Amino acid sequence: MILSVNGVEFRYGCRTILENIGFTVRRGEFLSILGNNGAGKSTLLKTLNKILLPQQGSIYVGQQELCKLSRLSIALKMAYVAQNYGSNRQTVFDAVLLGRKPHIKWEATAADLALVQGILVKTGLAEFALRYLDELSGGELQKVVIARALAQEPEVLLLDEPTSNLDLKNQMEVLKTIRTAAKEKNIAVVAVMHDLNLALRFSDKFVLLQDTKVFVAGGSEVMTAENITQAYGVSVSVDRVQGQTVVIPR
Amino acid sequence: MVRDETVLDGGVTHYLKYTWKKKLIMSGLVAMTALLSLYAISAGSAELTPWQVVLTLLGRTEGQSQIIIWSIRLPRVLAALVAGIGLAVAGAVMQNILRNPLAAPSTLGIAQGAAFGAALAIIGWGAGSTPSSGGGALLINSPYIVTISAFVAAMLTTLIILFLAQYKGVSPESMVLAGVALGSLFSAATMLLQYFTNDVNVAAVVFWTFGDIGRASWGELGIMSFVVFGAMLFFLFNRWNYNALDSGTETAKGLGVNVERTRQLGMFVASLITATIVSFLGIIAFIGLVAPHLVKRLIGGDNRFLIPASGVMGALLLLAADTLSRRIIAPVVLPVGAVTSFLGAPLFLYLLVRGSKLR
Repeated sequence: MILSVNGVEFRYGCRTILENIGFTVRRGEFLSILGNNGAGKSTLLKTLNKILLPQQGSIYVGQQELCKLSRLSIALKMAYVAQNYGSNRQTVFDAVLLGRKPHIKWEATAADLALVQGILVKTGLAEFALRYLDELSGGELQKVVIARALAQEPEVLLLDEPTSNLDLKNQMEVLKTIRTAAKEKNIAVVAVMHDLNLALRFSDKFVLLQDTKVFVAGGSEVMTAENITQAYGVSVSVDRVQGQTVVIPR
Repeated sequence: MVRDETVLDGGVTHYLKYTWKKKLIMSGLVAMTALLSLYAISAGSAELTPWQVVLTLLGRTEGQSQIIIWSIRLPRVLAALVAGIGLAVAGAVMQNILRNPLAAPSTLGIAQGAAFGAALAIIGWGAGSTPSSGGGALLINSPYIVTISAFVAAMLTTLIILFLAQYKGVSPESMVLAGVALGSLFSAATMLLQYFTNDVNVAAVVFWTFGDIGRASWGELGIMSFVVFGAMLFFLFNRWNYNALDSGTETAKGLGVNVERTRQLGMFVASLITATIVSFLGIIAFIGLVAPHLVKRLIGGDNRFLIPASGVMGALLLLAADTLSRRIIAPVVLPVGAVTSFLGAPLFLYLLVRGSKLR
């Protein structure tokens, strides 16, 4: 078990955002955090990277308790891709090289540069390597931040809505890149997802949040019409179309 | 397989070429600064040829040129270089950690704090006034008291900014707002001090605020160099942290950066440089603001190159301004602070108009 979350509780003042959250993820698994806006999805993801400190509960990365780890040692184990990332005047290569930051002592080595180039080739970014970020499309930019997270060589990859603002083609490409990397390098992926159908297609595990609590968690067997209807407050049906499970709002 | 390897190597080679270009531009700046230094040492009321300068610096000559160079011109040129490096590097780091292109020592209350400290020493303690029968013997006409008072006030300003910013989680906005507020407060306090004193003291305070490179002798130069190069090492050590901060607070945290501490320490060290330079030389505006912006246009915002190149650019700009201030209506020497502001304003407007696409 690479990540295990137990009884996590988070409050802003007296407003409770997360209550008694618990789940586990293994290496190579893709877990989607689902739920309506305001259910606490992004907050939960931030507690997993110690960007926010939960008031109660425990989070373990491998054998170590997260709150006892320094920022740097967390960065050596986990990569976090924020929902809002700056697009500044920086080349794609430099942006991805930044992912090596936790590993770099004084200056990037030849091995760091080769690793970055390898990731650029794999994510289809090699031809943009010396392009500036503010000249890229939304899909390309999203691939850059994911490439940066992969350059960190993490054991756990945390993603906050990796496919928001992307068109259909880029949604598929980005998620395929993530899933392939996760399986190849045996990385555990935890992603906050908005699109239920994409989540169903790419994830192995699901955590459905409803009003600060886990409504239901588990494999694809928990993604039933009843559960989704109750968690989202919208009546849906779950069907199989050409071998894929799809959710259709009624 | 062979094809894969060539693709991999090709990409890395392209990238290395791209970084080589930056290093080439940086070397060009260094060469320009060296040439200008040679000119600045040779130019003056006693004209020397660059060759005489080189010979003197190598210890191959005797007599008048040796005295002029070693005790007058060389310390002045070196002080301009060191102060230029310090102010520009402090500006570059402040702009990064405060996520604000207008952040600079002179816009964040630190210079105003120093001016207040100097005014307090000159007016309140009589450190700069003509000898009077009632004053303490130690305080009269003592430039050291003015320097120390200016330094202490500038560092106090910094500590107050850092303390206030802590209430809002050390956010860049809170530091900028606290700095602007303190700057305004200290300006007002200086004005009140000036209002209630005699004209000689007012003149002394005003004269102090004109930055003047000529105030530095070898001793001051030694202290400034120690602080500036220590700070430079600290900034270079943190260059990857500053690069990570450029990609946003949360991304930086995800990359293992202790964001709050990086901001606090960076701000403290940048202010330390500024306080040291300003308290020795007076207020020199615009170098800290303009040099990093010029460098960003030339080689981009990567702090691995931006920090050292800003230092060189700052040295070049301040030495150019100081040489101009000595030569333009020689033998009258203009205050360099006025010259940097004069040169800085059009340069900044140019960047504003031309730089809208760049950051």
